[in-house]
Amino acid sequence: MVPAAIAALTQSATHLGNASSLHSAGRKARKDLEQAREELAKIADCAPSEIIFTASGTEANNLAIKGFYWRGKKTGKNVIITSSFEHHAVIDPIHWLQEHEGAVVIEIPVSENGFINEAKYQEALTKYAGKIALISIMHSNNEIGTIQPIQRLAQIAGEIPFHTDSVQSFLKTKFSFKDLAVTSATISAHKVGGPLGVAALILKRGVDLEPILHGGGQERDLRSGTFNAPGIIAFAAAAKFYQENFAKRTTRVRQLKQLLITKVLEQIPDAHLNGDKSNSDDLSLPGIANITFPGTESDGMLLLLDAEGIACSTGSACSAGVQQPSHVLMAIGLSESAARSSLRFSLSDTNTESEIEKLAAVISNVVARSRATLVKAN
Amino acid sequence: MRLVAAMSGGVDSAVAAARAVDAGHDVVGVHLALSSNPQKYRSGARGCCTIEDSHDARRAADVIGIPFYIWDMANEFHDQVVENFLSEYKSGRTPNPCLRCNEKIKFAAVLDRAKALGFDGVVTGHYAITKDNGTYKTLHRAKDYAKDQSYVLAVLNEEQLQGAHFPLGDTEKIDTRKEAKARGLFVANKPDSHDICFVPHGDNAGWLRDKLGSNVGPIVDQTGEKLGEHRGAYTYTVGQRRGLGLTVPTKSGEPRYVLKIEPKTNTVVVGEHEQLAVKNIVGTPAIFCGPKIDVNKNYKGFAQVRAHGDALPCEYLFDGTSIKVNLDEPLFGLATGQGLVIYDQDRVVGSATITETN
Repeated sequence: MVPAAIAALTQSATHLGNASSLHSAGRKARKDLEQAREELAKIADCAPSEIIFTASGTEANNLAIKGFYWRGKKTGKNVIITSSFEHHAVIDPIHWLQEHEGAVVIEIPVSENGFINEAKYQEALTKYAGKIALISIMHSNNEIGTIQPIQRLAQIAGEIPFHTDSVQSFLKTKFSFKDLAVTSATISAHKVGGPLGVAALILKRGVDLEPILHGGGQERDLRSGTFNAPGIIAFAAAAKFYQENFAKRTTRVRQLKQLLITKVLEQIPDAHLNGDKSNSDDLSLPGIANITFPGTESDGMLLLLDAEGIACSTGSACSAGVQQPSHVLMAIGLSESAARSSLRFSLSDTNTESEIEKLAAVISNVVARSRATLVKAN
Repeated sequence: MRLVAAMSGGVDSAVAAARAVDAGHDVVGVHLALSSNPQKYRSGARGCCTIEDSHDARRAADVIGIPFYIWDMANEFHDQVVENFLSEYKSGRTPNPCLRCNEKIKFAAVLDRAKALGFDGVVTGHYAITKDNGTYKTLHRAKDYAKDQSYVLAVLNEEQLQGAHFPLGDTEKIDTRKEAKARGLFVANKPDSHDICFVPHGDNAGWLRDKLGSNVGPIVDQTGEKLGEHRGAYTYTVGQRRGLGLTVPTKSGEPRYVLKIEPKTNTVVVGEHEQLAVKNIVGTPAIFCGPKIDVNKNYKGFAQVRAHGDALPCEYLFDGTSIKVNLDEPLFGLATGQGLVIYDQDRVVGSATITETN
């Protein structure tokens, strides 16, 4: 967490008062909370009333996806259009609706560079016209960092509810809810230096969806649950901090990423970068570099790099912790074995050039060992 | 040394890992995912494969303060252990999958991978003792005879034994639990696993029927007279008395036992207890845990034919391929496919899979 967010969180946590209560302590909490909502709205370029706070990005995505689906189903719309490389917080509620609620799911393929196939998207919109309950396409991909042309896709969608999971994008790349012209977007505090357990669904004014949590109806009657006032206030403080340093920070992170890619590919010439190759502001997030090391096994490399003090990630693990080949990398056309030999490096402005030099110094040995492991196993 | 601690999520492997750390080794905890779809085994498996066990292992590693990873060995386990288990039963033999798992997975696939990644060996929570005389390592029974697991480790060859570390060999199980508690490991009171880990609820016959099909066939006596029917010959084990469902009594009124499984004709042959008597056992291939013994020389020692079974006084001989055992006293009810382990007092000489009995 950024220091401003820690200060806001601890200060707010010492105040008594439920923001829904009418007594003076409650009023004070409510005032601070609403101020935070306004600050956040300014940063996200939306109206304060469009922000619905939730307890996680996953909850916000579930609210949008199930909420729009159930609303659409009432008028006979049961098609969900999505991309083939969404985050699990989007894929899983969609698959749940497919299995339990009769949803017809259309996954639009993505290109080998990690961008949605717009022709196929257009085709699906035409084919299922009048039947589409919602569209859900991520703003940027969490594993390879490619930024999707959401504004264009949302404009084509017209009146169809269009949700975008922008957890990875908010304050990492340009983000204006108004300009995007989507119906809803998810943002999360912990990705911008705020606390865990606070997120929001930004939902266009005047649009309704079916709530998934029922109770006090605190957030526009669409989301129930006691306000997490300290968390929300800290979210706004963190976002403000990130916003103020936006240009400097993203430029710095992008430079570090370029250095990392150059250094690693120098050491391992047959390695290749996944996703956008141009490292341009409009097409990729500044801090995510996903690299395939042919002939290796990513979880062995992760172990060896961890022992060197370098943290990176592989695809995702199932609930028992078994590494799975990344569905994102498979969606952009990598084979299962290539997907299993890829690592994702995530950078922030607290990383340094010397850390990248350290990675460059050990990567050859790590790759060689991992290759030897595979040879032995076969 | 740099060691991989194989952590099942149970108390023994957790304490073993902690002791390896205390001994000054650089230890990394590894949980083996042995099912390709662990969620499916959620309520079924015991001892390994479940989500809860992998979480328990991770938590133990956190408390001990070592890195923790999950290694996906599902394909290796399926090919080497589960398929072998099924094909052995299908051929009328009674395999021990724990022996195969130690031989092919824990001290083969895992040890190989650990070595390739720069580790020196594998630590497990098995109750057995290894001794190193500088030239070779030998395997011995654990101090706690009731927990001794040298039988299921007797399949390790000398090289595998070199990479194997068993820090619990000199400890009583009750003390392992006490130590776990003192170390703040909440798995201290976790029950032991006894069943075969990939067979849900310990229902071996039901699982085999599910995998191999319910193939009805005759139960006959030694004269060939049909006495009843079974639902799959492979669900029976030589020496088995219960679950035969026979209504025709023997002349003598004695109970009947399974004498033989004939997979080709899907027939179960039953008879009286004394007909189960076995004095000679042949096992192959021979694996020696330490120095090889002389060929065609008679030795005196002990044979053990099941985990936690008795050590049976015998004479044994290695003919270059097989181990041949002549028991001092007959043994009743011995199936082919079981592991034959030879002991010289408490030292494991070697092992083989039983191929013939008479």
